[in-house]
Amino acid sequence: MKILVPVKRVVDYNVKVRVKSDNTGVDIANVKMSMNPFDEIAVEEAVRLKEKGLVTEVIAVSCGVAQCQETLRTAMAIGADRAILVETPADLDLQPLAVAKLLKALVDKEQPSLVILGKQAIDDDANQTGQMLAALADLPQATFASKVVLAADKVSVTREIDGGLETLSLSLPAVITTDLRLNEPRYVTLPNIMKAKKKQLDTVKPEDLGVDVAPRLKTLKVAEPAKRGAGVKVADVAALVEKLKNEAKVI
Amino acid sequence: MSVLVIAEHDNASIKGATLNTVTAAAACGGDVHVLVAGHNAGGAAQAAAQIAGVTKVIHADAAGLEHGLAENVAAQVLAIAGNYSHILFPATAGGKNVAPRVAAKLDVAQISDITKVVSADTFERPIYAGNAIATVQSGDATKVITVRTTGFDAAAATGGSAAVETTAAAADAGKSSYVGSEIAKSDRPELTAAKIIVSGGRALGSKEKFDEVITPLADKLGAAIGASRAAVDAGYAPNDLQVGQTGKIVAPQLYIAAGISGAIQHLAGMKDSKVIVAINKDPEAPIFSVADYGLEADLFTAVPELVKAL
Repeated sequence: MKILVPVKRVVDYNVKVRVKSDNTGVDIANVKMSMNPFDEIAVEEAVRLKEKGLVTEVIAVSCGVAQCQETLRTAMAIGADRAILVETPADLDLQPLAVAKLLKALVDKEQPSLVILGKQAIDDDANQTGQMLAALADLPQATFASKVVLAADKVSVTREIDGGLETLSLSLPAVITTDLRLNEPRYVTLPNIMKAKKKQLDTVKPEDLGVDVAPRLKTLKVAEPAKRGAGVKVADVAALVEKLKNEAKVI
Repeated sequence: MSVLVIAEHDNASIKGATLNTVTAAAACGGDVHVLVAGHNAGGAAQAAAQIAGVTKVIHADAAGLEHGLAENVAAQVLAIAGNYSHILFPATAGGKNVAPRVAAKLDVAQISDITKVVSADTFERPIYAGNAIATVQSGDATKVITVRTTGFDAAAATGGSAAVETTAAAADAGKSSYVGSEIAKSDRPELTAAKIIVSGGRALGSKEKFDEVITPLADKLGAAIGASRAAVDAGYAPNDLQVGQTGKIVAPQLYIAAGISGAIQHLAGMKDSKVIVAINKDPEAPIFSVADYGLEADLFTAVPELVKAL
């Protein structure tokens, strides 16, 4: 059984991004980039399934600029067997629908039994790609997974929903997106980083896959969110209660 | 053309998120129709017909729609999608699950978590954990959108008198099935709809302390209880209470953050609250930068004192 794991290179989650002064986007030049945290969880889950002997091969995929190779090397250091980069120009605004179409083409080619993605990327916060891939490939989906139990022809997935948890059973092949509590991704070790350098990394272009990646949404403007007025520190609980009652009038 | 809202419901009644989505739909222009796809969901369809501003309710009823499986609900939406210029879902776990599936089948981009309708094809949405607001324009024939409920007022739940029309239910795709669920029981107001929220973080130290310190304050204020990711990961609170970029997005009248440092990811979920109170020992905690009222104190003494003072 083969698993495909799409991973995205994003601005590191600890970085506080700044909006460019001309309002065309956020400034990501010279900012630390990392693998999207949800995708690390996806790679970890795929590797754990392989370590349990349920899976024979884990393929990591990334769509984007040449530097996404680093993200793929990280995935291989965690334990992915090989990687595919779908390389797109740096000036292209690559959107979830286009990525889903690229992944659909790879699913057709590689025929994985399972695709595990992160539930959302922390840059565009879209939360769409997994669902879109499932739709295009006509596969069942289980989003926001906090537990995955894989059997020969079915996968049982516990999902985080608004009021609690829900368990679904999907026939394979299927698409799963990970939530935070699915697992704790391992740290990559130096020997594994070295080994990952020797693993196979193929590069293809969207044209090779026959996919039109033109953006569908036009970003007109990116602005700073409205600033909150400066707050005050209060000396004690009595002062706080007084402020809440008489100034803010919220209690 | 009309605008379609996909109702969030539990078959018997309509969930509050639907009401905010109706308001966003009205801002897109045109008649607002609501789809209630469920099983034995006549109650929910009747409730949807009462919502002010809704002109028609479309009710699809089949066993396969009972638990909102994405494959089946998406097929149901697609069956009627041709009649609509806009298809709106609340940005809840249910809406986020289905909307992209519908969009991909229609070959259109989906627009996530909108906070404002600028015009019928232009919308505002937060990106980078709410640290930037993008204005996006869609050239697609059908706009498939999820609506951040805290960005829009709720439509009145009564006062409408829409006709309920029954439509043929989509066939069960047969690729997925519902096994079971564990829904956390709570007598408190729903987190995303609460007027007041009391939230606890890692500083509480244990589940017992979390319950012992946070619950009395929430009881006193009639508030919902929230938690930071750190508190949830440590097991102090169940994960459906998590407030933040990857949990619930809330915007109550009053948000009290006790023992929460205020990481970017947490702020993304609560910084649109009207009044924010921070109680924290650490004067450097980033939460103080968004708090209207900050109290630098040990929460184990300050919170019980606050309960007493109210």
